[in-house]
Amino acid sequence: MLSDITIGQYFPGNTMLHRLDPRVKIILLIAFLVEVFAFTSWRAYAVLSALTVAMIVVSRVPFGMLMKSLKPLWWIIAFTFVIHIFSTPGEELCHIWLFSLTLEGVLQGLLICLRLVLLILMSSLLTFTTSPLELTDAVECLLSPFRRFGVPAHELAMMMTIALRFVPTLIEETDRIMKAQRSRGANFTTGSIKSRLQNLVPVLVPLFLSAFRRADELALAMEARCYRGGVGRTRMKQLRVTSLDYVVALCFAGLTVGLIVLVRV
Amino acid sequence: MAIVLDKVSYTYMARTPFERQALHDVSLTIKDGSFTAIAGHTGSGKSTLLQHLNGLLSPTSGRVTVDDVDINDLSKSNRDTAIKMRQSVGMVFQYPEQQLFEETVAADIAFGPHNQGLSEQDIEARVREAMELVGLDYDKYSSHSPFELSGGQMRRVAIAGVLALHPRYLVLDEPTAGLDPRGREDLIAMIKRIKKQWKLTIVFVSHNMDDIARLADDMLVFKGGELLRQAAPRAVFADRELLAAAGLRPPQVQQIMWCLQESGMPVRTDVLDVDEAQADICRVLQGKGGR
Repeated sequence: MLSDITIGQYFPGNTMLHRLDPRVKIILLIAFLVEVFAFTSWRAYAVLSALTVAMIVVSRVPFGMLMKSLKPLWWIIAFTFVIHIFSTPGEELCHIWLFSLTLEGVLQGLLICLRLVLLILMSSLLTFTTSPLELTDAVECLLSPFRRFGVPAHELAMMMTIALRFVPTLIEETDRIMKAQRSRGANFTTGSIKSRLQNLVPVLVPLFLSAFRRADELALAMEARCYRGGVGRTRMKQLRVTSLDYVVALCFAGLTVGLIVLVRV
Repeated sequence: MAIVLDKVSYTYMARTPFERQALHDVSLTIKDGSFTAIAGHTGSGKSTLLQHLNGLLSPTSGRVTVDDVDINDLSKSNRDTAIKMRQSVGMVFQYPEQQLFEETVAADIAFGPHNQGLSEQDIEARVREAMELVGLDYDKYSSHSPFELSGGQMRRVAIAGVLALHPRYLVLDEPTAGLDPRGREDLIAMIKRIKKQWKLTIVFVSHNMDDIARLADDMLVFKGGELLRQAAPRAVFADRELLAAAGLRPPQVQQIMWCLQESGMPVRTDVLDVDEAQADICRVLQGKGGR
């Protein structure tokens, strides 16, 4: 059950997507997300979907793993679809109590859902093909221009590194505590929602305690090694933009221009 | 009456790129009333094996039976007995004090009996009994917060929490890990006492061969998810090739006896504790003096 969580799960590989500079990947992802929201025509969506599928194929990430990252958001997608079906005015297909189902609503709902799915898939692809370390380095680098406005770029990146680093640890810990409490007869899978929430107390209390203890120990260990923030800090692995990055960025720019033309026609 | 594993294999994260087989075709019997030690290097499958004993993990293939009941057969006719059998195996995880969560010691120990649906009266009796068994004074500690206690005491509370379930088998994963020498000795004495008073069958994992030599009457040696050998500790520690293969060292007293023998003293090398070693060294020395 807990092994279903895929946030921050890196899928090692050496494909083109893996070798791209993480900063380029982030910027391209943001551009892609903007396009997903900016375009509303079906033709544009066909192209963007095709691009997503192509990227999935290129990344060699197993399709099943990607689908797993969609799973927690299934409900939101379904909910959005239902809301759109009934709230969009237009040609009425059928009538249920106070609500009317419209053809425009179905189309609009499908479009929004496709939008969400593309958004989630591409974002997951980024985390699947980029190691957490590369990702945080890239975030630090991209945020550093804002340092003069008081954005603590290094600190944010460090927090992100630490958080990502501890996700698997905490998942493991949760699993262990749940097993220990299950051995004492705790039940997490049946009962009403209220009793299930109550049953989580024996898991959450030890989990928080251990998280705080870990945080304390880590802070001490960092101080013992003279950590004092990002000033004057050098890094072992430097990020470098290569010709591959330029080629991919140019292709994407070309695609975007093509899309704009396609929509205008 | 025993826990029997029949050709048990277990694979973590099956059908993903992270797939890893932790147990290969393990068959063994934990006899009723035995004091069984499990030894092996990190990653040899010990913890995975333990979690099979009370159904926390179900084997990918093979069968686990407790007192002749298949604990993973949850079909309608077998379900209730299977769950009852699972509950007859008490599980104490590594660093069990990290799973305490209640406001008072008594409430934490009562968590298990409470889940079993016992009456308040029975629960209090169980808590009292379990605390006494682990050597914590009920009147003094029951209303304390478990987080005010020392590490060793917290561990006792956690073990009491499992004992309060009245298990017939007690499984402990490295019960003395992280304790100071005094705490270790106390805990080992406590486990011995519990075994004697309640006639429990005990299974424990340990990296300390001296502890195994002193406590266990049966021993399982694991390597890479496979059971290398099941035998009495004396026989296992006599088999130096096996120990080397499993990456284990014999108990310290035995190491000393090997050294003595290599330097020409005809002592026995199959001793298990300091008393036996002392007796044998005295025997050899007196034999010399008498000559």
